[in-house]
Amino acid sequence: MPKLIKDRAVIDDDWQLLREIPAEEGLPAGKIIVPLDYWLEQRDALLARGDVGVWLSSDQAPTPLAPDLETLPVIAIDFPLFTDGRGFSYGRTLREHHGYKGEVRAIGQFIRDQLFYLSRCGFDAFAIETADPERALASFDDFSDAYSAGIDQPVPWFRRHNQ
Amino acid sequence: MYQYNKQDQLLVNERAQQFRGQAERFLAGELTPQQFLPLRLQNGLYKQRLAYMLRIAIPYGTLNSRQLRKLADISRRFDKGFGHFSTRQNLQLNWPELEDVPQILEELASVEMHAIQTSGNCIRNTTADHFSGVAADEIEDARPYCEIIRQWSTFHPEFAFLPRKFKIAVCGSQQDRAAMHVHDVGVEIVHNAQGESGFKILVGGGLGRTPVIGEVINEFLPKQHLLTYLEAVLRVYNQLGRRDNKFKARIKILVRAMGPDAFREKVEAEWVYLKDGPNTLTAEAIAHAQSFFQKPPYEVLDDTIEESTLQQQALADAAFARWLKYNTSRHKQAGHAIVTLSLKTTGYAPGDATAEQMEVVADLADRYSFGEIRSSHQQNLILPDVRKRDLKAVWEAATAIGFATPNIGHLTDIICCPGGDYCSLANAKSIPVAEAIQRKFDDLDYIYDLGELDLNISGCMNACGHHHVGHIGILGVDKKGAEFYQISLGGNQGKDASLGEILGPSFSQVDVPSVIEKVLQTYLDKRIDGEVFLGTFRRIGIEPFKERVYA
Ligand code: SF4
Repeated sequence: MPKLIKDRAVIDDDWQLLREIPAEEGLPAGKIIVPLDYWLEQRDALLARGDVGVWLSSDQAPTPLAPDLETLPVIAIDFPLFTDGRGFSYGRTLREHHGYKGEVRAIGQFIRDQLFYLSRCGFDAFAIETADPERALASFDDFSDAYSAGIDQPVPWFRRHNQ
Repeated sequence: MYQYNKQDQLLVNERAQQFRGQAERFLAGELTPQQFLPLRLQNGLYKQRLAYMLRIAIPYGTLNSRQLRKLADISRRFDKGFGHFSTRQNLQLNWPELEDVPQILEELASVEMHAIQTSGNCIRNTTADHFSGVAADEIEDARPYCEIIRQWSTFHPEFAFLPRKFKIAVCGSQQDRAAMHVHDVGVEIVHNAQGESGFKILVGGGLGRTPVIGEVINEFLPKQHLLTYLEAVLRVYNQLGRRDNKFKARIKILVRAMGPDAFREKVEAEWVYLKDGPNTLTAEAIAHAQSFFQKPPYEVLDDTIEESTLQQQALADAAFARWLKYNTSRHKQAGHAIVTLSLKTTGYAPGDATAEQMEVVADLADRYSFGEIRSSHQQNLILPDVRKRDLKAVWEAATAIGFATPNIGHLTDIICCPGGDYCSLANAKSIPVAEAIQRKFDDLDYIYDLGELDLNISGCMNACGHHHVGHIGILGVDKKGAEFYQISLGGNQGKDASLGEILGPSFSQVDVPSVIEKVLQTYLDKRIDGEVFLGTFRRIGIEPFKERVYA
C-alpha cells in the first residue's frame, strides 16, 4: 500500500487517488478521491456511495465545495509543479474562511522542503513522492517558531513576542 | 535600529542550518538542480555568468557598523575583497563558492543578517526611503512599518511560491525617495485630516519588460490594517496571477488585465475574511516597532552657529564647499546633516565598494553617525546623523577612500546594474558605458550647470538599473549578436513618476557618450531659466532631441 504522511507520521494510505475517472470499468471499490468536476457532476450518486474525497487542481479554488465541507472527509490539493504555490492559499482559505475540519492533503510534485509551510497553511496529510518518507519528517521542524500567523499558530509573532 | 530578540536570532540560525542541509542534499544528488533552484534563490544565491552570486539582505537599507565590518570581512574571506550595493539596497557578492555559502550565512546570522528572500518568487526584501527617520521633509518614519512588514513577510508560509517576485517599497516623506510607483506594492505613509496615520496603497507598478506606474487602490488605509490588507492583495495575486508565462506573471499584468477597480474589488472581497483578524496591528505592536527607531542621543546644537562655522570652512576650501552643497542633505535635527557617500567615482563600477572602503565607512559611522549606515537604491551609502561641525573631517576621510565625488543627484551619479560583466541575463555590458560617460563629462561645472539629472543604465530589459525612470535611460539591447544601446528620455521616479520615451534606433557602445552630449546640448539650448532637464523635456517633448541626435 502506498505511504502517506499524516499528522507527522508515516502511515499506509488507504485512499485511492483517481486522477481521471476510468471510462470503462467505472469507479473502483474502496475509498476514492475524485476530481472536482466529477464530484460536481455526480454529487448525489457519490454522496450515496460514501467513502469519497475530492481533489482540486491548482487552478481550482475550493469555493464550489462550500456546501459539502461537513461531509467530505478528505480534500486533496494538487501541486502540478512544486513551484506552483496556489495550493498554499487554498489550504489556508479552506481552514480559515470555510472552517473545514477534515483532512487537507497535498498531492503531486511538492517536496519535503515545503512541509513546514504546507502544514502552516492547514495541510495535515502529504502523499509525498519520495523513497524515504521517514527522513522527510525532519522538515516539519525546520523552524521552531514563525513570524506570520498560520493555521498551526494563529497568533502572529508580534502579538506573542513584541508587546 | 531594529535589534533581534532571541526568537529572531533563532529563526535566522535555523534558516542557515536549513540551507546547509539543502546544499548537502543537492551536492549528494538528492535534490535535483530544478528542485534546488528556488531553494537557493530564496537564500539569495544566483548562478551568474562565471560564478555564483550571493545577494545579502540589507532590510530597508539600514545597517550598523558591526554589520558593515562583517560584510567587509566576508567579502575578503569568501570573495574577491569587494561587494556591490544594488538598486534593491542589498549587497551582492560576485564570487562565492557554493560550498562556502552555508558558512557565509552562519557568519551573517552572527551579526543579525541573512540572505533570506532576496531572490526567488516570494516577497522580497522591503525597501524604503534611505533618509527615513532623518529627512527634514519627513511625515513619519517608514522604518517601524518596514520592520513590521519584514517580520510578516519573512517565511510567510502562503506566499513563498508566488507567480513571480514581489517587491514592496515604503516611503514616509514628501519627496518619494523609494520609487514607490514602480514597485509591486508601494506603501506611502499619509496623515488624514484628524492627524491619524495611515497608508496610501499603490499596486501593480514595476519596471522590466513591461514598465507600469502603480495604481492607487486605497487612498487611506488605517494603520492597524496594514498586514491584513497586504495579505489580501497577495492572496488575490497568488491565486490569479499568471503562471503560464514568466514575462506576464508580475502583479502589474494582472492589475492591468483586470483593471484597478476590479482588482480592488477582489482585494476587498478577500479582505472581508482577514480584516480585524489576528494580523491586525495592535497599538503595542506599532509602539514596540517604533521603540527601535527612536532618535539617537543628539547633541543640542544651535543651527545658526553651526551653519556659520561651516560656511567659513566652505569659503576657505572650494572643494569642500562643492561637496557640502551636493553630497549633504537637510536633517531634521538642528546642527546635523545627512551625508551621502558617492559610490560613483570614475573608474569604479557604480555601487561597488572594497572591503577596505567598507571598513573606513564603518569607522566613520562609529565616530560620527551613531554607528549607523544606510544604503540607497541609487547605489550610494549614507551616514544619516553627522554633526555639521564634523562634516569637514568626514569629507576628508571620504575623499581619502574615493567616496567624496561631489556629484549626488547629477549626471555622473549614475545608477547602473552589473550588466554583461557579471550578469548571465545581460544583453550588453553596462559598467563600461557608465564609465565612458563619467570620463567624457568630467567637468564639474558643466555637470552642475545641467542641474538635477538621473541617468540610469540597465544591461537588459529586466531593468535592474531602473532605466525607464531615469531622466535619461540607457538600455542594453542585442542587435544580431552585437551589444547596442537604446536611449529613452523623460522618465522620473518621484511622486510624479513617468516612464521614459524611446528616442529612436539604438547606438553602438562607442557612440553613446556623444549621443548623450547631443541630448544634453539640446536641453541647454532649449531650457528656460532655472528649468531642470525633466521640466524642459516635459515642456518640449521628444522631437527636438530626436532631430538633433539623428540629424
Ligand atoms: S538589468 Fe539585466 S543585465 Fe542588468 S543586472 Fe538586471 S538582469 Fe542583469
